Amino acid sequence: MSWIEKKLETGKTFERQPDLRAVESEDVMLESALKDFRDSIHAWSDSAMGRPRTVKTEIRRRSWRLAAGWALGCVLAAGGLSGGLFEQHHRQELQRIVAAQKAAADQKELDEQRERAKVSDEVLLAGVDSDVSRDVPSAMEPLAQLMVDDGTK
Amino acid sequence: MAAGTALKEIDMATADEVAAEEFSRVVERHRPQIFRFLLSSTRDLDLAETLTQECFLKAHRNWGSFRGESSAMTWLMRIAINLQKDHWRNRRMQFWKTTRTNSVDLDEASEWLPSGESSAEQQLLARERVKQVWQSVKGLSERQRTVFLLRYVEEQELSEIAEATGLSEGTVKAHLSRAVARVRLELGGNR
Repeated sequence: MSWIEKKLETGKTFERQPDLRAVESEDVMLESALKDFRDSIHAWSDSAMGRPRTVKTEIRRRSWRLAAGWALGCVLAAGGLSGGLFEQHHRQELQRIVAAQKAAADQKELDEQRERAKVSDEVLLAGVDSDVSRDVPSAMEPLAQLMVDDGTK
Repeated sequence: MAAGTALKEIDMATADEVAAEEFSRVVERHRPQIFRFLLSSTRDLDLAETLTQECFLKAHRNWGSFRGESSAMTWLMRIAINLQKDHWRNRRMQFWKTTRTNSVDLDEASEWLPSGESSAEQQLLARERVKQVWQSVKGLSERQRTVFLLRYVEEQELSEIAEATGLSEGTVKAHLSRAVARVRLELGGNR
């Protein structure tokens, strides 16, 4: 016995019968709609299970995307590679310039050191000369004159 | 010793063959139901076929771990529901992709009716009712829709639905009640 039938058996049902009939008819309609819905999906599914699959368009779309992906990947790889090469070349050039500048600076410093050393040698020799030199006695002046003239000791 | 090892190998090979045969039978038996559920959930033939394939592939990989605590159908349905969830989640994450969907519209989905002895007028009415149900199913939440379809299309018991969805029976009842109320409203409102 359904709840609708139970309600119909109670005392207060007489005046509410039209409402209950509406509910009952609504339930029948709902049941019918759900059954149609189920049958519809079953029919659709059964039909779809037996259909041949066509994937031509999908493959073309995918292949186009694949090609575009590859092209983009190649462009990015080439860009990255050339960028890397440029960067490396740039760095090498900078290193070369810095090395050349450093070598020039070193050379300059060496030259200056040599110059300073040369000057100090001359000063030292002059000092030694002045220290070891003696006045020639006047008696030996003619002989000293001769040594200077012919360059012999 | 060597003979024992050889026998063990033969036993293992036989067990594998038996498992493979058993799995083939499961696929043959349950594929239509899984496909039907996914088709009704997505309204997309290609997607339903793809997800069905994925479902059975996943089931095949995990067939060894299936202990038979629930029925194979419930187990497979659980995999299918999870795959479907993952699919929609991934689609939401891939927001930069074109949101093109192959889902058929409600008119097309409502076209399918079993060819009975009913008159043309009855067929038309039935089609209209099916369209209204589709309309209300479209407006349901993902969980409500899953529960509704499992109950009224796959005709599963509440306990089976609870097991497949991982929800309690009370929650399943609540979702079902809301879904039916919505369908009822749609049918009543369009009378």
